[in-house]
Amino acid sequence: MKLVACVNHVPDTTAKINPAPDGKSIDKTGVGFIINPYDEFAVEECLRLKEKNGGEVIVVSLGGDAHKETLRKALAMGADKAVLLKDESVRDSFGIARALADYIKEIGPDAVFFGKQSIDGDDAAIGPMVAEMLALPSVSVVVKLEIAGVNVVAEREIEGGHEKVETKLPAVFTAQKGLNEPRYPSLKGIMSAKSKPIDERVPTPVAAKVELVTMQRPPAKSAGKIVGTDASAAPELVRLLHEEAKVI
Amino acid sequence: MKILAVAEQRDNKFKKTAFEVTRTARTLADQLSAEVVALAIGESTQGIAGVLGGYGAHRVIAVDHPKLRLYSTTAYARIVAEIAKKEQATIVLFAATAIGKDCAPRVAVKLDAGLASDCTALKVAGSEIIATRPMYAGKAMAEVKIQSSNKVISIRPNVFPTGAQQGGATNVEKIEIPLTDADFSASVKEVTQSSGKVDVAEADIIVTGGRGLRGPENFKMIEDLASALGGAVGASRAVVDAGWRPHDEQVGQTGKTVSPSLYIAVAVSGAIQHLAGMSSSKYIVAINKDKDAPIFQVASYGIVGDAFDVVPALLQEVKKLRGT
Repeated sequence: MKLVACVNHVPDTTAKINPAPDGKSIDKTGVGFIINPYDEFAVEECLRLKEKNGGEVIVVSLGGDAHKETLRKALAMGADKAVLLKDESVRDSFGIARALADYIKEIGPDAVFFGKQSIDGDDAAIGPMVAEMLALPSVSVVVKLEIAGVNVVAEREIEGGHEKVETKLPAVFTAQKGLNEPRYPSLKGIMSAKSKPIDERVPTPVAAKVELVTMQRPPAKSAGKIVGTDASAAPELVRLLHEEAKVI
Repeated sequence: MKILAVAEQRDNKFKKTAFEVTRTARTLADQLSAEVVALAIGESTQGIAGVLGGYGAHRVIAVDHPKLRLYSTTAYARIVAEIAKKEQATIVLFAATAIGKDCAPRVAVKLDAGLASDCTALKVAGSEIIATRPMYAGKAMAEVKIQSSNKVISIRPNVFPTGAQQGGATNVEKIEIPLTDADFSASVKEVTQSSGKVDVAEADIIVTGGRGLRGPENFKMIEDLASALGGAVGASRAVVDAGWRPHDEQVGQTGKTVSPSLYIAVAVSGAIQHLAGMSSSKYIVAINKDKDAPIFQVASYGIVGDAFDVVPALLQEVKKLRGT
């Protein structure tokens, strides 16, 4: 099986996000970057499919040289090959999807995996967009996946439940927490990742369809009222919620 | 100019988001001198779709087919795009639900349109729409402008008002879109709903438990309080990672971003990734032993005390108020 996992390099979840002086991007000073947490599930699923069916796992990322760190992490987990679509420009989701779709089309994989969303842009759009660009079926927010030959049964998470989806390979999937438990890279994996080459490609520039006008911090919340220090405060809290806030 | 409002149904009943989308489309349309065309897709929506007129749709279209009872990413995307083209609608509005988030990106590609996802505010400036969308799970708010002539927008559930329903049912135009097996290359075969469970992403009241509860057995009181309030149970990442609660309850940057009317955080310290996912809630209550816990910095009301004392007392008071 030829398996592709698309990975992104994003600010750590513990990072504070401050807009940069240009008001259109974030200030990266002191911000640690990690592999997008949902993309770890995507990489892990590819590795498991390869272990079961044989084949090759290719990890792809679009971005600058910094993304090599995330690609190395995926190689250390066990991916066979990494490709950096080297592009420092700001792209909207359409532009990101186009670059990935162009590359994926060239290599013709059996299955393509994404995280269900990237925790920077939070669009949740790239997976379905790439599927549409490649005219492939897709299942998003997958928590369970069974593949037998080309037949796929996937469960995806919806509001308050699950949907069971049937499709056929080749197909695109976006992974949700719960799909699997991503492995930690072994020492051997980390060592061998250092010697695996990262292929660099330059994607075709695409005109943006969406322009980011400004980025700001959300309006700050001010700390409210401390109602009490033990169970005796419960009646007053319920009164405030009922009469002042009017939410219960 | 036309705006296509995609009204989502499940089990042939419209979701609240269907009315949010239709009303929001109308609010935009009034400022842009545009017409709202609402679209329902399903097995037999013709009989129910008229109600969309009461939420601001000028016209209502139903596309019905026995195979459309359950969602199919490929078929739904094709139908929405075909109707948008047929109607020459340049703006397509979705709710950012499980279906909307899946379908909108495909429709954007089909229409060569820019996409603004999960927006929390929309404003019209001249002939432009400026969309506000949270990024980094709400740690930053971006204003974006779609420059392409076709625009696809999804709006976050529970944020935009539905307004009151006005007037009776509108005439529903039934449109046939010829569909082949190829259109159903990925199709839902079965839906399983957790019985009686309110999803955190849709809930108006959420009671979340954190690691301070010491073990999964102590979530009973969280469930009881949530149930007495008619709300949903949420969980912090620590609690989900420890296997105490299912991941679909997780609130935060790697869980769900929520903005209910009332968010009660019990024994949740308030890590930055958790605060990002819930601080846009209208009212926040924090119950925590540690007076320095960061959760108090965003809380409208706080009790600095032991959850094991406070929550049972709170449950009793809520029951008293509700008369149960």
